[in-house]
Amino acid sequence: MATIAHEIPQVAPQEVNYLNVEHGWKSWLLTTDHKRIAMLYLFSITAMFFVGGAMAVLFRINLLQPEGIFSPETYNRLFSMHGIVMVFLFLVPSIPATLANFLIPIMIGAKDLAFPRINLLSWYLYIGGAALTLYAIFRGGVDTGWTFYAPYSSTYSNSYVLAAAMGIFVAGFSSILTGLNFIVTVHKMRAPGMTWGRLPLFVWSNYATGLIQVLGTPVLAITMLLLAFERIAHVGIFDPNIGGDPILFQHLFWFYSHPAVYIMILPGMGVISEIVSCFSRKRIFGYNFVAFSSMAIAVLSFVVWGHHMFLTGESMYTSVAFSFLSFMVAVPSAIKVFNWTATMYKGSISFDTPMLYVFGFIGLFTIGGLTGLHLATLGTDVATHGTYFIVAHFHYVMVGGMVMAFLGGLHFWWPKMTGRLYPEGWSKFSALIIFIGFNLTFFPQFILGYLGMPRRYQSYPPEFQTLNVLSTSGASILGVGYLIPMIYFVWSWKYGPKAGKNPWGAAGLEWQIQSPPTTFNFDETPTVKEEAYNYGKLEEILG
Amino acid sequence: MWASLFLLADLPLFPVAASKQADQIDALYWFITIVSAVMTVLIFACIIVFAWKYQRRTHVEPTQIEGSTALELTWSILPFLVMLVMFGWGAQLYFAAQNPPKDAMEVFVTGKQWMWKVQYPNGGSEINALHVPVNQSVKLTMASEDVIHSFSIPAFRVRHDVMPGHYNSLWFTATKPGRYHLFCTEYCGMEHSGMVGWVDVLNERDYANWQAGGGTGSAGSLVEQGRSIFMQNGCSTCHLQDQQGRCPVLRGLYNKPVQLADGRTVTADDAYIRESILDPNAKIAAGFQANIMPVFKGQLTEANVIQLIAYIRSLSPPEPASQQGDQQRPVVIAPTDANGNNSGVSR
Repeated sequence: MATIAHEIPQVAPQEVNYLNVEHGWKSWLLTTDHKRIAMLYLFSITAMFFVGGAMAVLFRINLLQPEGIFSPETYNRLFSMHGIVMVFLFLVPSIPATLANFLIPIMIGAKDLAFPRINLLSWYLYIGGAALTLYAIFRGGVDTGWTFYAPYSSTYSNSYVLAAAMGIFVAGFSSILTGLNFIVTVHKMRAPGMTWGRLPLFVWSNYATGLIQVLGTPVLAITMLLLAFERIAHVGIFDPNIGGDPILFQHLFWFYSHPAVYIMILPGMGVISEIVSCFSRKRIFGYNFVAFSSMAIAVLSFVVWGHHMFLTGESMYTSVAFSFLSFMVAVPSAIKVFNWTATMYKGSISFDTPMLYVFGFIGLFTIGGLTGLHLATLGTDVATHGTYFIVAHFHYVMVGGMVMAFLGGLHFWWPKMTGRLYPEGWSKFSALIIFIGFNLTFFPQFILGYLGMPRRYQSYPPEFQTLNVLSTSGASILGVGYLIPMIYFVWSWKYGPKAGKNPWGAAGLEWQIQSPPTTFNFDETPTVKEEAYNYGKLEEILG
Repeated sequence: MWASLFLLADLPLFPVAASKQADQIDALYWFITIVSAVMTVLIFACIIVFAWKYQRRTHVEPTQIEGSTALELTWSILPFLVMLVMFGWGAQLYFAAQNPPKDAMEVFVTGKQWMWKVQYPNGGSEINALHVPVNQSVKLTMASEDVIHSFSIPAFRVRHDVMPGHYNSLWFTATKPGRYHLFCTEYCGMEHSGMVGWVDVLNERDYANWQAGGGTGSAGSLVEQGRSIFMQNGCSTCHLQDQQGRCPVLRGLYNKPVQLADGRTVTADDAYIRESILDPNAKIAAGFQANIMPVFKGQLTEANVIQLIAYIRSLSPPEPASQQGDQQRPVVIAPTDANGNNSGVSR
């Protein structure tokens, strides 16, 4: 017997970290560790991303033929569920609930978020909302589009509107709680010396996002309740046949859903600020302006919703005011792009995978942002509204921007989150594939849109076929591009080489602790003595 | 992929411009597009140059730069000034789109899941088709029977939502004879992509032939159709000549200001007349009681209401230009006195 005991190999005692400190499903489902909750969210939203993506693949296949391949009922459900799942169950929680949840406490030198149990509750609410939405899908789907415009949604649609609306209602509370948690955490939990002027820009941008989540999401909840009220009890709120007004729905819906666009992009901007600084080994250019522009976006985002309604018959003067304000919100976004570019000036730039995503982000976000000018301008909005031009515009911002930033951030912090490196060759290859696939999918849609092809069409005139075929072939490349990281991330979790504390030579508190971190992040609360991005002391950072 | 290369042969990249509006909007579209392209190229060029020049292989020591307020102000203010040009130009076109010329020919459109019904002043109507003469301004007054639709003619670069419960309008002047797509561009349910049709722009002779051919199967003019609905529904018993003083007489009413019971003054335009037919108690004219006229919501289609409005308009002959100043005065549509004299049109 003694010989058998000898054969057990002597392993070096493994470092205790948040992943191996406890085992078993209970240790995950009842955890209050912000890092574990971030991982729970990461799995959940990734699943939702592939559900939403699968629907996109299906309706892109339908559009290969001018007369369509699926029935209109099926097609309408596919694009509606794609939008609902992607917006409310992927994009809104994407960076805040995963990367920010994981990183904000570490970046400000705290042990956890201010309300760890509320953080767990927010994940359960998310799962509840996702379950209701999936229920709606499996019962037969929703066919209202993600915008739920009344009176179609409240009176005419014969699909599972209520289940999906309640899914969004419940998931909205998860978003509110996450935002609330971030705001309180940033105010109350900063380590000594971590002044507002020293906060990493990722924290600033998620703080601004938190404000929008807390102030905007309740209005979405009200809208969904009123919709349910009209649908169940036939109280005339939106349907003019029973005394309501459909324009009221649009005001309420966009009062949340335009700021929500910034919920979906601000955190991504924060990621880009971190990465561009690290891989240029340079402090961010114009820190104050970049931080301030996040706050400016958060405020202005609440006063531009009317630009979704230029063609509803709202008063000319209302439209003019909203057009002007929409141009105002373009300024802080432009400031960020210019500052990222200036950060690279005289830097020492390396082309690791996260940086490739930054190039992708800046390129696509610039195009997405500038085509927004065509839509903010009243005269040209008339010609582009409701067409594929808008579809292309918001996919350049949401997918070209936010998904690129999310993947960039994931590649940047993956070594911190799991303690492992991923294969560099594959990750660069897939970043390239995603960039090519994305442009092939969505650029033809700008052309289609100005040619006049309406969005949400199951069939279309034959002269639009070529561009649709190009778009669908791009989508298939894009799909492959998204699957590759999924595979190597899973592989690297187990087999990837050890990352060590700071594989990129990055500044910031998160890179000074072990990878993966321990449950409480820091052995003792750090004292911050310098501003963020202090790449002037490179030798110190690199150890 | 090979199939798509093959199809590249007849690939349209830019839409035809077949109206005055299209030319104006295209000019602005190109202005914004070129400015955007210049900006994009500028940013991309900076990134590529920096990435090449300062790559770590050759440029090991970064230079730390805090920022520059002058630069920040420059790249905030300059682009904003350029954007102000877009804003002003766009607002000007939008204002023009909201104000049809006085001599515009009027056509009525009703959207309904999933078709467009077009009604002409001569009483003709057609489904998913619109015939207009070239070089003539046309104003469409649009209503929806059910959900929100949006009426769009890409070749004219015009579009407007059609909201149930409201009248919406758009106008255009077609400049090129031909046949152009007509789309619904607000998702309206199952057959949304089937809610399409054709706009035919005809030259003067073809248009006259089309009208003479009774191409749309008319049964009396729109006014006559409205008149018969007006008679059938018993509107005529009160609204043409009121002996008991129960309701306003409609002669001379159209487009005049009306004093309401609650003290407000509204204009008796299409939207007001429509609302007063479908929901008479919504706005009661001063001097009259609520709950006397039956509610016609659900009894009449939007197409019927359009016919009725055409008839009610015909009760107010167009005034000579010199008298237009009078329109500022509110009309008190008072009940007729015991002698049957209508004392209404006075102050």
